[in-house]
Amino acid sequence: MSTEITHDTAHDEHDHHGPAKGLMRWVTTTNHKDIGTLYLWLSFIMLLYGGGMAMIIRLELFQPGLQFVEPHFFNQMTTMHGLVMVFGAIMPAFVGLANWLVPMMIGAPDMALPRMNNWSFWILPFAFAMLASTTFMEGGAPAFGWTFYAPLSTTFAPDTTDFFIFAVHLMGISSVMGSINIIATILNMRAPGMTLMKMPLFVWTWLITAYLLIAVMPVLAGAVTMMLTDRHFGTSFFDAAGGGDPVMFQHIFWFFGHPEVYIMILPAFGVISAIVPTFARKPLFGYSSMVYASASIAILSFMVWAHHMFTTGMPVAGELYFMYATILISVPTGVKVFNWVTTMWKGSMTFETPMLFALGFIVMFTIGGFSGLMLGVAPVDTQYHDTYFVVAHFHYVLVTGALYSIIAAFYYWVPKWTGHMYDETLGKIHFWWSTIAVNVLFFPQHFVGLAGMPRRIPDYSLQFAEFNQISSIGGFAFGLAQVFFLYIVIKTIKGGVKATDKVWEGATGLEFEELPSPPPYHSFTQAPPVK
Amino acid sequence: MKTSPLKLALIPVLMFGFGFAMVPLYDVICDITGLNGKTGRIQAAEVTDPVDRSRTIEVRFLANTSSGLPWDFEPLVKKMEIHPGQVYEAMYRVRSTSRDKTLGQAIPSVSPGTAAEHFNKTECFCFTQQALEGYETRDMPLRFVVGRDISDKIEQITLSYTFFGQEQG
Repeated sequence: MSTEITHDTAHDEHDHHGPAKGLMRWVTTTNHKDIGTLYLWLSFIMLLYGGGMAMIIRLELFQPGLQFVEPHFFNQMTTMHGLVMVFGAIMPAFVGLANWLVPMMIGAPDMALPRMNNWSFWILPFAFAMLASTTFMEGGAPAFGWTFYAPLSTTFAPDTTDFFIFAVHLMGISSVMGSINIIATILNMRAPGMTLMKMPLFVWTWLITAYLLIAVMPVLAGAVTMMLTDRHFGTSFFDAAGGGDPVMFQHIFWFFGHPEVYIMILPAFGVISAIVPTFARKPLFGYSSMVYASASIAILSFMVWAHHMFTTGMPVAGELYFMYATILISVPTGVKVFNWVTTMWKGSMTFETPMLFALGFIVMFTIGGFSGLMLGVAPVDTQYHDTYFVVAHFHYVLVTGALYSIIAAFYYWVPKWTGHMYDETLGKIHFWWSTIAVNVLFFPQHFVGLAGMPRRIPDYSLQFAEFNQISSIGGFAFGLAQVFFLYIVIKTIKGGVKATDKVWEGATGLEFEELPSPPPYHSFTQAPPVK
Repeated sequence: MKTSPLKLALIPVLMFGFGFAMVPLYDVICDITGLNGKTGRIQAAEVTDPVDRSRTIEVRFLANTSSGLPWDFEPLVKKMEIHPGQVYEAMYRVRSTSRDKTLGQAIPSVSPGTAAEHFNKTECFCFTQQALEGYETRDMPLRFVVGRDISDKIEQITLSYTFFGQEQG
């Protein structure tokens, strides 16, 4: 630091240290807290948008026959729901949490590349506006499923698919820039004394996630680029007539797609590993095994992609390999679940809202993990493939897994961010309402799936009617609960009981021990002491 | 352990390349393992194996058209009993239902996939594009041989051809 800068700040401390005034503050900001807030709001808007489409899906499936929407529009809804929730709700929410928390957790003043951080965020609203606009164009939005298998997405897709392709390119660029930023921050900007093995697990899991992102988002970009050239420039990557192969699309897609599911769950593991020790008032059990388990999950995630393709006519040797490799992942995942349970063992536990959501995560994510194990067994997957059992499985890991951890993280850190405690009664209502509704919503889907109801179909046989009705009722209740959550979020930002600096009795970490609530706009301009 | 963002940026650049490298890689792996049902092509002179009359394998023929190609396409014989090592001929008939000249390319696929590398053709209408005048009918030959080293477990092979429409060019 030069003397000149010290001189400047001494004069205009107020102007330099607070946020700029007006709306342009949010457009031009390079502050990690502002950008974290922007990411979190974007993901909330996307959650409600994707949730709205889910409501249309559940409305149509409330009874057999076609009631409300055309099949083609229904297909657009399932496709856009998947794309918006994966790329718009879950992923940006975790990037938002990383922006808010990583610098505060490692004692850094900001992210390593603040201007690029601004770009990483501001690309996204344009990407999603472009994707959403296709709904109103001739040909409609993408309707080929969020996995956009060729040739449905190449030979037989409407012209609007090109908007989808460029939207995916933009999301990929945003993710890659965000990840490079996070890695550079974690590796270069830790406070003195913050060794790698002292970092909070949220930082560790994000470091690993960021490496996964920069490794696989470009592969997705490659896949959509091949789609683009197949559609317009006469190549035949996925066209059998020209010597290509549609099955190869699935290989490339799932080489991205499987690490992608760990991108959406590893940061969740980090969140839960922060919350459980706080409310059990015991340090996390097996810290280093948690780090190694996260790394093993990440490495294994590159070697299992074809378990999504058991029914493509793979040779038995291939099925066996991908089955065993898949089931192997349950070992490090089991290590994590047992570590959380052991952390709680004989702890002085209390059950505030963040802990409730964390416990909900542990129980219901594990249910999703078990159904995932079932799907990983090649011979039975032939029955489960492309049924509602798959839908139930990935909603248990993504809604009661990833989304629950994001909600838990909100309740856990929002008093720190805003300086206001959320309303504990409302938080508890939100948890129980959501948890009952989400199980009414997704649990029956296991049964209709096992009975043979296919996914992505607007109509179904009569024998599935009752379970679908129950599921739809749960769906509407769960949707409403998240509107209630929006109310809680706004209420907490506007005011509430003043939070203490430590917020929670058992809280640990630099953000709770070294910073006031709310933290100043620029925190840790001096590196904090690390014990 | 410091890092520079520019060095990190190399990873996505390389992985973007890797995405495209998966295309030739996929073909190489399919070639080596014979997966994916892609059949081989050999010259008639290369068929030197003595015929193995102790074994009989059933070969079934399937024919499909795709991509809106207005052709009727069928095998003249639906199935054959064959001995490994001997060259056989099967005929396919294709008839254009269009008034105009049309162009098609046949793509073969063999099931089970592990039989593909032993299924070799000395002559096939799939080696080149086929052009049909309006309402033309054509009988097309296929000469093939199944290698003697094919696994004992295989008793039946299905050969499927799909004709894909091609742009006039």
